[in-house]
Amino acid sequence: MNKTRRCLHDYRIACVTVIALTGITFGAAAGAADGEQYLQAHCADCHTLDAPDVAQLAATERAERKGPQLHYAGNKFRKDWLRAWLVAPTRIRPGGSFPPDHTVVTDEGDVIDATTLADHPSVPADSVDAVVASLMSRRLQDPPTLAEPYEPKTGTLMLGRMDFNKFKGCGACHRDATDSGGLSGPELYTAWHRLQADFIVSYTADPIAWDPHSMMPNRHLKESDVHKLADYLKLVAEQEQ
Amino acid sequence: MMRYSLIILLLTVIVPVTATAEPSAAEGKTLYRIYCTQCHGIEGDGYGINVEDMEVLPRDHTDAKEMLTRTDQDLFKAIKHGGKAIDKSVLMPNWDANFSDEQIMSLVRYLRSVCCNAAGN
Repeated sequence: MNKTRRCLHDYRIACVTVIALTGITFGAAAGAADGEQYLQAHCADCHTLDAPDVAQLAATERAERKGPQLHYAGNKFRKDWLRAWLVAPTRIRPGGSFPPDHTVVTDEGDVIDATTLADHPSVPADSVDAVVASLMSRRLQDPPTLAEPYEPKTGTLMLGRMDFNKFKGCGACHRDATDSGGLSGPELYTAWHRLQADFIVSYTADPIAWDPHSMMPNRHLKESDVHKLADYLKLVAEQEQ
Repeated sequence: MMRYSLIILLLTVIVPVTATAEPSAAEGKTLYRIYCTQCHGIEGDGYGINVEDMEVLPRDHTDAKEMLTRTDQDLFKAIKHGGKAIDKSVLMPNWDANFSDEQIMSLVRYLRSVCCNAAGN
């Protein structure tokens, strides 16, 4: 191959490579754009998709939310879980996004009026990958960091249950089994499958750092105690499978 | 110059009113609905949606006799630092990270209106 032909050959290879790469990029961009369009069209009415200006929010803003904030979905959810859930959603919050809106007073005490709870719409299978990609791209620029790295350890269900309910009081608002615990918070017996481990630890340690209007208190737990709670959620989720 | 004077005059009138706004039972009522009714009940009687599996019933805020044994400082402390701080149940969490002191005072005012028909303002 002479010098001219070699240059032409290299040029053709470069052109093919550029076209191929550009095609992949366009394809990925088109998928992400579809996901973004889907989120804006179908999800934005109930979910915050972009970080709000907290200073501008009223102290009572939490009462107006129709669904969880999604501007840090990429920090929060496990991708595989998110994909499966969006296609076939199940109820995570027994009392809805804002339980007082679904509570009625009866002679036996307050109860959740299930007829007022709307089922979460499912995302069509042909759109779900793009929607998941758009959701997972939503991350806080400067997320709260862990004081210490979290490595799951093995505990026992009995001690974990006692810690979760009696000592830390988490069971007042959260269910750690399908038939026990509070109803106002999201159920936690599938939390390990649903949420990234670091997010569980970070949010448990300081919910306000993620959501200034979180309905969850900061119990000022030691990092090691937060790790034990996360270990328990892992055990519970594995037990529920 | 006239415009600046007017703005400064307005600021001197408005800012102190905002800065010194007293905690009100009305604000407390709104916060109570968001953060407290799940356990203490929509009507404050201690029978919220979460109580079914609780070993200790949340405080009945409509019980005037019981509530009158608590000072405003007791109530403030219980809300800010949790039940453990007043030798009560750990199920009552500390809300110090969620509320400002003024917001906690507004909750105390609201509790007084629930239990004892106090005007709260």
